[in-house]
Amino acid sequence: MSFGEDTSEMCLFNVKDGFLEAVVRGYKLGLLSTADYNNLCQCETLEDIKLYLTGTDYGPYLANEASPMHTTTLVDCCTRKLVADWKYMRENAGEPMGRFLDYCTYGHMIDNVVLIVTGTLHERDVQELLDKCNPLGMFDAIASLAVAQNMRDLYRLVLVDTPLAPYFSENLTSEDLDEMNIEVMRNTLYKAYLDDFSSFVHGVGGTTGAVMGEMLSFEADRRALNITLNSIGTELTRDDRRKLYANFGLLYPHGQAELAVAEDFDQIRSVMEKCPPYQAIFSRLGLGESQMLDKILYEEEVRQLINTYEQQFHYGVFYAYMRLREQEIRNVMWIAECVAQDQKNRVQDGIVFTF
Amino acid sequence: MKALMLGTAALLWLPSFLLLLYLLQVDLNYLFFLFKNISPYFWSALGISLCVGLSVVGAAWGIFITGSSLVGAAIREPRITSKNLISIIFCEAVAIYGVIVAIILQTKVEAVKPNEDGSFGLAAANAGYAILGAGSVTGWANLACGLSVGIVGSSAALSDAANSTLFVKILVVEIFASALGLFGVIIGIIMAGNASFTAQS
Repeated sequence: MSFGEDTSEMCLFNVKDGFLEAVVRGYKLGLLSTADYNNLCQCETLEDIKLYLTGTDYGPYLANEASPMHTTTLVDCCTRKLVADWKYMRENAGEPMGRFLDYCTYGHMIDNVVLIVTGTLHERDVQELLDKCNPLGMFDAIASLAVAQNMRDLYRLVLVDTPLAPYFSENLTSEDLDEMNIEVMRNTLYKAYLDDFSSFVHGVGGTTGAVMGEMLSFEADRRALNITLNSIGTELTRDDRRKLYANFGLLYPHGQAELAVAEDFDQIRSVMEKCPPYQAIFSRLGLGESQMLDKILYEEEVRQLINTYEQQFHYGVFYAYMRLREQEIRNVMWIAECVAQDQKNRVQDGIVFTF
Repeated sequence: MKALMLGTAALLWLPSFLLLLYLLQVDLNYLFFLFKNISPYFWSALGISLCVGLSVVGAAWGIFITGSSLVGAAIREPRITSKNLISIIFCEAVAIYGVIVAIILQTKVEAVKPNEDGSFGLAAANAGYAILGAGSVTGWANLACGLSVGIVGSSAALSDAANSTLFVKILVVEIFASALGLFGVIIGIIMAGNASFTAQS
C-alpha cells in the first residue's frame, strides 16, 4: 500500500468503525482457551459442561436452561450468543462495513437454501427444516422455498429478491431439482459468492483487501480441494468440476487445471504439494491418510484467523470472529457428544484449539 | 510513487514559471513589490490562526481516534478506562501547546506606522514573517503529534483490554510521540523570541 493510503486508513478508520472494532476484539477475548477446553474434557456429564460454560461468556444464554440438557440445546444456546453479537454489530455498522458483514453471511444463506430444498425433496416438514437452518443466514420468505418445484421456480419465486440473486446464472436455472443437481447448484452459488466477495474486499482495498484476500483465497483453495475429493468417482465431468472452482486463490489457474483431472487422493496430494503453503499442511498428513485432512485444514484456518487480530483498522477481524465462534461451537458440540455417548477417549481427536 | 512525482512537479513549477515570466520580459519587480507590501499584520494573523487551528485539529483528531477504540474496548474491560485517559490527556496537551504559543505570539503584535509608499519598516516586516513561521511550525508539529498520539493511544486501549501488562510499555511509545509537539513549541518560541514590531534598526 502506498504511504498515503496507509496513513489515511490509520487516521480515518476509527471515524465509522473504531467502536465496533474494539467491541469485536472484546468478544474475541471471551473465546474459550486451551485451559477451558481441557476443563471441559474433564467433565463427566452434560450438566457439568453447562455449569462450566455458565462461567464463561455463554453464561447469560445458558443460565435459564432447564435440566436435563441435550447436546442440541447446548449448541443452540451457544449459537444464540453468536447471533446476538452479530446482530449488535450489524445494527451499529456504517457503510461499507454493513455490506461487508452481510457478505460474511451469504455463505450461510446458501447453505440454508440448499438445506430446505433438499429437505423438501425428502418430504420433511418445513418447520423442522427451518429450525435447523443457520440463524445468521436467514432471510424473509425462506419458508416459501419449500413450494418450488424446479430451479426456475426457486429463482423466480424466492431467490430473486434475496442477495443471492446475482449468483444465479442462466445455465443454472434450467435444471430440475435432484440430489446431484442440488450439490452442483450449491457449489456454483458458492463459487459466484466467493468471486463476488473477493472483488468486494479488493474494492474496499487497504489492509482489509490484503487480509481478507488471503483468507478468501485459502477458502477458495479449500473448496476446490473438497469438491475434487467429493467428486472422484461420481458422474461429474472434468469440465463441470473445473467450473465449480473459484476464479482466484493460490491454485488458480494452473493448480485448478491439474486438480480437475485428478482421479484419486495421491494425485490430488501431489498437485497440492506443488504449492508451498499447502505442502507444509500436507506434510503433517501421513501417507495414504485422508481422514485427518479436515482437521488439519481447520487448524490452518484457525491459525490464519487468529493472525488477523495482529493488525488494526481492517474488517477482517469481524469475519475472523464469526469463524472462530463457529469453530468453538463445533468443538463444544464434539465434546458434548463424546460426553453424552461416553466416548471420552476420542475427545481430543475432534477439537481444534484456538488459543 | 505517484505522490513523489506529483510533489516534485509541484515544487518545480514555480521556478519554471518565473523563468518563463523573465523570458517573456514580464516586470518581475512589480510582482516582488506586491509581495513585499502585504502587511506584516496579515502574516502575523495568519501565523497565529495556523498555530491554534492546526493544533486543535491535531488534538481533536487524536482524541476521536483513541476515544472510539477506548469506549468500545471498555464495554468488556471497564478497568481500562482510568488508565487510558492518559492518552486522551496527551492529545489534549497538544491543543494547549497551540493556545499557549498563540498567546505568546499575539503579545508581540504592536501598532506601527507604515512608510509613505505603504511598505513597512524592516523590524515590522521581520516580525510579521517570524510570527508566521513560529505559528506554522507549532501548528504543523502539533497536528502530526496529535495524530500520532491518537493512533498509538487506540492501540494501547485495545492491547490493555487484552493484557494489562502491555499498557505501560505502549505508554513509553506515546510519550515519545507527544515529545513531537514540544519540539514545535520550543522552535516556535525561539523564532518569535526576537520578533518585535517596534525594534529600532
